[in-house]
Amino acid sequence: MKILVCVKQVPDTTEVKIDKEKGTLIREGVPSILNPDDANALEEALVLKEQYDDVTVTVVTMGPPQADVMLRQCLAMGADDAILLSDRAFGGADTWATSNTIAAGLRKIGNYDIIFAGRQAIDGDTAQVGPQIAEKLGIPQVTYVQNFELNGNEVTVQRQLEDGYEIIQVNTPVLLTAVKELNQPRYMGVDKIFAAYKKEIPTWTMADLDIDADQVGLKASPTKVFKSFTPAPKGKGVMLEGTTKEIVTKVIVQLKQKHII
Amino acid sequence: MLFKKEHELLQKAIRDFVNIELDTLPAEMDKTGEMPRDLLDKLAKYKYSSTIVPKEYGGAGADYLSYAIVMEEICKKCCSTGTYVTAGSSLVALPILNFGSDEQKQRYLKPLALGEMIGCFGLTEPGAGSDASAQQTEAVLDGDHYILNGRKCFITNAPICDFAIVIAMTDKPKGLKGTSAFIVESKWDGFSHGAHEDKMGIRGTQTSDLVFENVRVPKENLIGKEGIGFKIAMNTLEAGRIGVAAQAVGVAQSALDEAVKYSKERVQFGKTLSKFQNTQFTLADMETKVSAARLLVYDAAIKKDAGKKIDHEGSMAKYYAAEIANEVAYKALQIHGGYGYIKDYPIERIYRDARILSIYEGTSQVQQMVISGGLLK
Repeated sequence: MKILVCVKQVPDTTEVKIDKEKGTLIREGVPSILNPDDANALEEALVLKEQYDDVTVTVVTMGPPQADVMLRQCLAMGADDAILLSDRAFGGADTWATSNTIAAGLRKIGNYDIIFAGRQAIDGDTAQVGPQIAEKLGIPQVTYVQNFELNGNEVTVQRQLEDGYEIIQVNTPVLLTAVKELNQPRYMGVDKIFAAYKKEIPTWTMADLDIDADQVGLKASPTKVFKSFTPAPKGKGVMLEGTTKEIVTKVIVQLKQKHII
Repeated sequence: MLFKKEHELLQKAIRDFVNIELDTLPAEMDKTGEMPRDLLDKLAKYKYSSTIVPKEYGGAGADYLSYAIVMEEICKKCCSTGTYVTAGSSLVALPILNFGSDEQKQRYLKPLALGEMIGCFGLTEPGAGSDASAQQTEAVLDGDHYILNGRKCFITNAPICDFAIVIAMTDKPKGLKGTSAFIVESKWDGFSHGAHEDKMGIRGTQTSDLVFENVRVPKENLIGKEGIGFKIAMNTLEAGRIGVAAQAVGVAQSALDEAVKYSKERVQFGKTLSKFQNTQFTLADMETKVSAARLLVYDAAIKKDAGKKIDHEGSMAKYYAAEIANEVAYKALQIHGGYGYIKDYPIERIYRDARILSIYEGTSQVQQMVISGGLLK
């Protein structure tokens, strides 16, 4: 069984600061990470790899050459291969042009049974690229997957809704987008990190894909940004758990630490 | 120092691990004295407790620089967990790896690396601390077995171990050249441990005496040959110093981090502590010393990876890092003032944890002996 996982390198938004005067994000010095939902997508693929003998897991991303380190991380978590789709022509793409490019990459790999993607990336929050890839490949899709079972070529998933979930049955090949409730992503193993750097990660450019130049990058992107602005940040709340007595103790400790009492 | 890409990713990997797994646990372990088995299993699963054990024996097969990186990052969060890791990774693994038979490696080293067995290392005795030559524990050959009698003290993991590496006299008149090293299983008759030591710091670790009363140890559990027990112990401690020195760097860094954080929050005389030049100079001093200690550790690790002898470098790294860990923890607590003396703040635990670093695995004074010994020979 061949599983493909679509991943994206994103700025760690918990570390991003805002330039209050310009209303833009200060990205300098902000670490880049594997998009959290994509880690859940990869984890589910790796669980299948552990359960069945003949599973291969290939991660695919579109991005600049710096995305290499994120792909190495995916290998160090247990993926078999990684492919980087990278070309200056891909730059400035919105979700439409991005899904054109990634779909072309996945078509080139071919013979996939399941494609996992994260629900959405924490930098854009669009949740559009996964579904668009499925449309362009002409395969079924289920979004917001919070539970997954495989039986032969039949997949049964729970699709998360705001106030419950749907149970959906679908045949492979299928594209599924993962939410964080699906699983707990594993860590990188020390041994796998060194092995990850011994593997070759192929870079596919425009020339390697069966796609026209007018389908990729900025000029293929219908999205036009007129203005970006920063809403006033809300304070981050903290949820305390435990018995009433424990919670009160925690509140007092935190108030003391902040010199409020 | 600039890392290779592998080491950079390793640093990120272990940070991801400790940020989640060692978030609230260190403070809990300090209170309860219990290190959850789940944590030990995860450390083994991702090979954080077997960094330098070769892959063929279930370890990560990584280098000493990786070991230093892993130890520092773990100890930035939890010194107790670091002590558990260094006990297994170096003190228990290295005697078997460097001197053991293939059968011993399969039977003990592999399960140790895979986290299926917990080991401990017994050299120190009530009357033999820095003077390791004053060993009283004795093993007498009787047919196919050695009969082991004696007592070891302050042994990390003793109450939870499956087996112990034990240094014992096999030929007393020969002194140090009459010592041998054995692998002794805790389930054997006559093997027991003493009461739990109520320690000042690293309270998440289990420490007690090991007691041997006519324990019958099969001949095949002798490591190497008779007479090289002390050599095995010294060889092990020499390499192990990289781990403990890196542990000290981690503890020092965590104290510094707490001091920086607190100094930016605490307001006195109408401004934060960080606005006072005294605080700024103190922090600069701490940062410089932590960086210097880290470079000494990396230097020892890189030389070890290049196959060089590191008795001198390892001792300097362990000596300096342990001393400045105490100094930095002291200054960080001082910046906290009264609040630093209260258990609500992590610096209180860090300060107590730091104290062991200049004592165990060779006191600072023993390191000074080794360093000056190299100078004056």
